[in-house]
Amino acid sequence: MRVALFVPCYVDQLYPRVAMATLDLLEQQGLDVEFPEAQTCCGQPMLNSGCDQDALPLADRFLDIFSGYDAIVAPSGSCVSMVKNHYAHLVHEDARYETIRTRIYELCEFLVDVLKIESLPVKFPYKVGLHSSCHGLRELRLASDSELNAPSFNKPLQLLELLDGIEIADLKRKDECCGFGGTFAVSEEAVSCTMGRDRVADHLQAGTQVLTAGDMSCLMHLAGLIRRDKQPISVMHIAEILAGYGVPQ
Amino acid sequence: MSAVKSYDHPTNADRFNKDQSRTHWHDSALWFIREKRDRMANSLPEWETLRACASQIKSHTVSKLADYLEEFERNATARGATVHWAKDAEEHNRIVLEILQKHQAKRIVKSKSMLTEECHLNPWLEKHGIEVVDTDLGERIVQLRQEPPSHIVMPAIHLKKEDVSNTFHEHLQTEEGNCDPNYLTESARQHLRQKFVQADVGITGVNFAIAETGGFVVCTNEGNADLGVSLPKVHIACMGIEKLIPKVDHLSIFLRLLARSATGQPITTYSSHFHGPVEGGELHIVLVDNGRSKLMDSDDFRNSLKCIRCGACMNTCPVYRRSGGHSYAATVPGPIGSILNPLRDAKHHKSLPFACTLCGSCSDVCPVKINLHEQLLTLRSEVNRQKQLPVSKTMPMKIASWVFQRPKLYAWLGGIGKFFLRTMPRFLIYNGLNPWGRNREMPESPPESFRKQYAQRKKSQKSER
Repeated sequence: MRVALFVPCYVDQLYPRVAMATLDLLEQQGLDVEFPEAQTCCGQPMLNSGCDQDALPLADRFLDIFSGYDAIVAPSGSCVSMVKNHYAHLVHEDARYETIRTRIYELCEFLVDVLKIESLPVKFPYKVGLHSSCHGLRELRLASDSELNAPSFNKPLQLLELLDGIEIADLKRKDECCGFGGTFAVSEEAVSCTMGRDRVADHLQAGTQVLTAGDMSCLMHLAGLIRRDKQPISVMHIAEILAGYGVPQ
Repeated sequence: MSAVKSYDHPTNADRFNKDQSRTHWHDSALWFIREKRDRMANSLPEWETLRACASQIKSHTVSKLADYLEEFERNATARGATVHWAKDAEEHNRIVLEILQKHQAKRIVKSKSMLTEECHLNPWLEKHGIEVVDTDLGERIVQLRQEPPSHIVMPAIHLKKEDVSNTFHEHLQTEEGNCDPNYLTESARQHLRQKFVQADVGITGVNFAIAETGGFVVCTNEGNADLGVSLPKVHIACMGIEKLIPKVDHLSIFLRLLARSATGQPITTYSSHFHGPVEGGELHIVLVDNGRSKLMDSDDFRNSLKCIRCGACMNTCPVYRRSGGHSYAATVPGPIGSILNPLRDAKHHKSLPFACTLCGSCSDVCPVKINLHEQLLTLRSEVNRQKQLPVSKTMPMKIASWVFQRPKLYAWLGGIGKFFLRTMPRFLIYNGLNPWGRNREMPESPPESFRKQYAQRKKSQKSER
């Protein structure tokens, strides 16, 4: 299986450890993984800002760059959903897209649904708070959400529970948005920070030692608040935890 | 009229968030309703089937709306009602005024109707010397305060009992400082009872109008609609044209969904059915378009006509809960309002599609399965096409797109950016120009990007071989 690693632009620039953990994790599973170096950004910031015409050329080059792989895997539910769901607003009757939208996976969904992994040789003796990033949750359906009356499941949690010594924090609001929302974090700064602080408070009451999520963007926002407010919570992307990386001090 | 002077949601939301304890109180009050709704939804194994049915019935109805409206008119007329058609708010208000003037009505009692709020009926009638009393308790409270409702189902949800006590002390001469909810409610009851007795005409909204019978249903928890139209001989019912359902058989699906979604009750206390006028009286039904038929032509936004105004999207919206209904500066706030208002008037309401993190909770909570957050995303580009976004918002995206089409330039700029983030003194990063840094730290900048590390790793793997 020829696997392409899709690394969100801000992860490439600001969180290389997350991308490296994803690569390690996939290679540990015996996969041949390639990082197509022409990739930059999927165009989500433009589309979400109402600039669909600026997103279009980025969608077009994404489809070119990632055509021909058996699977495309990214450590981000949000960017995967952009391609899988929202490119439909940008490109029409495009054969490249019709293939790619069935072959692109968020990391956890790839590990659970495609690789069907049932064990991970990782010891992680911490109380972990799982933030359910919205796009992974409600657009990719990586887990059941609290709004729908449907059977309960949670793919990221299923993976975390494979780790030795892990304990999962019990949140009061298990799937409320953190308030990042892309440019929302800046244009609606007040609401964004109130939302973020409410999430952090929920994790504090639940005794979270390590806060994790499938999207680094949520974590960038929450970590920004945690560091400013000097809260005793470490922040790691789920790929770092699953790949056996240590907790940053 | 209201405390909100700006149409700009971020400005209003920022003001709301200045009082953090009140913001948290508001959030908790609405989350409490959301949790009640969850318990109700989860207690019905057929919940998702109900949603799917309701969604399909509404989609079907919207696709054949003209036919169903005519069927409704025929059947309502046969039952003795008079049906009026209003293309916009102005015509609606004129029709209502004419009916009132014909009966020399001076005192009106009105049960909750978001449509009459949308049409600004009250100020219009008051201008013509007619007293209008909102009889829903929450609406009466905000009416006394000369505020618009902050929520379509719970109009006074932004107020604490202390606020109500002060308002009632001022307007209804209740004891100063007495915040006992029973006492305040009883005072409102006595006050409203007088108004009911004196009323010449009763006005109601409509929750569901049934094409096949020509009847309609009004849902209230306080029974105020029933009282308001039982004493006066003339009843005027004002409804948006999207309130229609084809058959009476469909009604149970919507009644089961409405109250559970709205307030977490199994059913509203009063679901009152009206079929023609009372003996010796008159029943007028005003069908209002006011921009709705325009939505029918739009593939992207037609779905929003399925809305049954339950307010569940507001209760679940993490932004609404932390910015308050008035921050939307519109009759219908929250996610559904953020679609309907900019579609009607993008110039004023252009900030609303962006008052959203695209979390998608509203779409999953919606009892008629409106794809709210997807529409909010689509609407952003629509607002841009109408040239309503400032260059300060569109230009950075243009530039970013240009850079992202050039991987080498992107990598080079990324390197420079990281260098500055690492080396710049704190005051240059954290200042008034950086809203991110007002309450948050910036990410710690790594020395090298992933692509650089990847290239090095590939090189060393090659040399090892």
